[in-house]
Amino acid sequence: MALKGLDIFKLTPKKNCKECGSPTCMAFSMKVAQGAVSIDKCPYMSQDAIDKLSEQTAPPMKTIKVGEFSLGGETVMFRHDKTFVSRCLYAVAVCDGMEDAEARLAKVPQVDYERIGERMHVEMVTVDHCSDQPEDKYLALVEKAKALGRPLILGVEDAGLAAKAVAAAKELPLVLNGANEENYEAMNKVATDAGIVLGVSAASLDALYDTVAKLEGLGNKNLILDVGSASIKDAFAGAVKIRRAALKNNDRTFGYPTYVNVAELAPGNSHMQGALASLFTTRYGSIIAMDEMDYAKALPLYGLRQNLFTDPQKPMRVTPGIYPLNGADENAICATTVDFALTYFVVSGELERSGVPVNLLISDAGGYSVLTSWAAGKFSANTIANFLKENDIEGKIKNRTLLIPGKVAVLKGELEANLPGWEIVVAPKEAVQLVKFLKDLAASRA
Amino acid sequence: MPFTDKPQVFNAAINALTFGEAGRELTLGGSNVYPLYAFDAPLANAPRVGVEVSDQGYEKAIPGLAAFYAGAETIPEQAARAAAMPGAEFVCLKLDSADPNGDNASVEDCVATVKAVYEAIDKPLVVMGCKNVEKDTELLVKVAEALQGKNVLLMSAREEDYKTLGASAVLAYGQKLCGESAVDINLAKQLNVLMSQLGVPAASTVMNLGSAAAGYGFEYVASTMDRVKSAALTQNDAMLQMPVVTPVGSEAWSVKEALLEEAEEPEWGSREERGIQMEIITAAACLASGSDAVILRHPESVKTVSEMISALL
Repeated sequence: MALKGLDIFKLTPKKNCKECGSPTCMAFSMKVAQGAVSIDKCPYMSQDAIDKLSEQTAPPMKTIKVGEFSLGGETVMFRHDKTFVSRCLYAVAVCDGMEDAEARLAKVPQVDYERIGERMHVEMVTVDHCSDQPEDKYLALVEKAKALGRPLILGVEDAGLAAKAVAAAKELPLVLNGANEENYEAMNKVATDAGIVLGVSAASLDALYDTVAKLEGLGNKNLILDVGSASIKDAFAGAVKIRRAALKNNDRTFGYPTYVNVAELAPGNSHMQGALASLFTTRYGSIIAMDEMDYAKALPLYGLRQNLFTDPQKPMRVTPGIYPLNGADENAICATTVDFALTYFVVSGELERSGVPVNLLISDAGGYSVLTSWAAGKFSANTIANFLKENDIEGKIKNRTLLIPGKVAVLKGELEANLPGWEIVVAPKEAVQLVKFLKDLAASRA
Repeated sequence: MPFTDKPQVFNAAINALTFGEAGRELTLGGSNVYPLYAFDAPLANAPRVGVEVSDQGYEKAIPGLAAFYAGAETIPEQAARAAAMPGAEFVCLKLDSADPNGDNASVEDCVATVKAVYEAIDKPLVVMGCKNVEKDTELLVKVAEALQGKNVLLMSAREEDYKTLGASAVLAYGQKLCGESAVDINLAKQLNVLMSQLGVPAASTVMNLGSAAAGYGFEYVASTMDRVKSAALTQNDAMLQMPVVTPVGSEAWSVKEALLEEAEEPEWGSREERGIQMEIITAAACLASGSDAVILRHPESVKTVSEMISALL
C-alpha cells in the first residue's frame, strides 16, 4: 500500500526549516506521498526513516539503465492515465548457430534516420549462444557484434562462457540475458562483478517470480525479465501479467522491464515478427528483438513507438521551417499551417498525394491545432508574416502565392495588408479536400 | 514463492453483434476482458479480420494483389476471390466510385454492384460508402433497402446523417449500422446516445472510432480505444459497449511509406513490402488497443493478422 502523507509527516523533524524547498514539513510529506519529491531532500531525516520510507515510496517499476538508454520506470498501465516514460527499444538478434549471422550484423546500420527530432535506429544487438556451438565461435561473433558499437544483449546460460563474453565486450553497455532457475547464483556473480544488467528467464511465470525473488535476496535489483519463447500466447500473457503485477497490484518483485524476442516466437516470418513487434510495442515489451530491421518494418514501427510514447499532455511538434514537397523549388506555391505534428502529417500527406509541388511553411504555433493556436494568438496574421520575414522566405522563394488553412480564412485580409505583393488563397477547411483543391488550382494556373 | 496473478474479468462485457444472413453469420465482440487478454478469460469471440474490396477494383500496381486477383475481372469475381482469402471472415465492399469528386457513379449502379457482390460471396458483407456524407446517406439507404433481410453491416453513420441512416437502415430495413466519430471518446459516446434516443437499439450498432496509420497520430486512436474499452468494462458504460470496427487498409495504404515507388526512395526497398508491414503493424496495434474487427487489403496482411489472433487465443 502506498504511504499516506501523514505517515511520512510523523517521521519528519516537524521544524518547518524549509531547507527541502517546501514551506512546511507537512507540505513536504504530502509531496513525498505523491511521489513528486524524493524523501532524501530533507536533510534532517534519520537514516532509519529514510530506509523505511524509500522502500515504501519507491516507484513500482524500477528504471534500468543500459548505457544511455532507460528502460521501465512506468507508473501507469495506459498512457491516458498519465504518460509512458521509457519508450521500448528495438534489437536485432543473431545467434552463433546461424549461417548468415555476420551478414545480418552487417545490415544492422542500414536503418538510421530522423523523424520529428528522434533518431530511429536499431538501439541494441542480441547475440545468442546455441548450446551445440563451440565457445570460440560465440566469442568471435560477440567480437563482430562489438564493432557496431551498440549495447549488446548477451544470450548465454553458461556462466563460464558468459564471463568470457562479458570480458570481451566490457567497453560496451551490456545485458547478460541468461539467468534461470538453475544457474542464477553463478550468473548473478558474473553480472554483478561486471556491474551489468542481468536478464532472467524461467519455464513458467511462477518459476520466474521465484528466481527474481532469490536474485533480489542476493542483492541484485538490476534485472530484466525475459518473457520467453514457449509460445506467442505465453509471451503476451507474461508481458501483461508482469506489468500488471507491478503497477496495478504493487508487487515489486515483477517491477522490472521485459525482454521479448519475437524472432524466436515466429522464426523466419518477417511479417509475423512485424505484427508481434507492434503488439509488444503497444502492450508492455521493453526490449523487442527481431531477425532484421528493414525499412518496411522500421517505418511503421518507429512511427508507432514515437506516437505511443509521447506525453498526452504535451503535443508532438515538428520543427518550424520550409518543407518542400513533391520536388518544390523556389517557383512553387507556398502553403502554411501549424507545427502540431498530427496537423503537419495529415496536411503534408494530402499535399504529397496531390502531386503538386508546394513549399509547406511551418511556423511556431505552440504545437496546437489550427483553431486552438489561432484562438491562443499563436497562429495569426502577425505570426505568419513574422515567420516569413525572419526566415527570409521572400529571398528564398520567388512564388508569391500563399495558401492558408480554410479554418482561419478570417486572416486573409490582415495577411494581405501585412505581406504586400503576396496573393493569399484560402484553402479548404479539411485536409481531405486538399488534393482536388490543389489539382484544380494548378490546372487553373497552368 | 509462486506468483499470484489477479485476472481482470469484468462483470460488464462488450456487446455481441451478429451480422450476415443465417448460414453465413459472424459475431463481433462479446468479451468481458481487456482486448486480447485471453489468459484472463476465454474471449467470447476472437477479433475478426475482413477484406476490403473497392468497387473500382484492386490496385494493379501492387504485384501481390495483381497475382492474387488474376483472372477476376469483375467486382463480384474479385469479391468472391477476397472472401476465399485465407484468414478472411467477412468482405467489406467500399463504394469508392460513388465519390462526387471522383467517378460520381449513380446510386443505382452502386446498388447493382452491391447486390451482385452479395450474390457472389458466401461470407457476411459490410458495405462502406465513399466518405462523402451526402452521397453516402442517399446511397446507404438504397443499399439497406435492396438487401433487406440480409443483415448486412453499413458503414458509416455520422453526426450529420445518423437520423436518416438509423431510421431507414436499422429501423425500417433491419440492417446493422456503424457509427463513425473522429478519434474522441466523447464524440463516440454522443453519437451512440443520439442513435439510441432515436430508437436504434445499441445491439444493432458498432463503432468506428476513427483510424490512422502507425506514425500518423496513432496515439489518439490507441488512447481513444483504451479509454472506450476501460469505460465499457470497468464502468459498465452501455453507450460505449458496442464492438469496434476499424478500417486499417485504407489508412495504411495511403501514407507516403506505402505510396512512394521504390524508384523514388530506393533505400526503402519494395513498396509492396512496405505497404504490407504498415498494414500489419497498424492492425496489430489496433487489435491490442481494442478493435473487435479490422478491415485489411493485402492477402499477406490478412493471413498474418489472423494467424496472430489465433496464436493469442
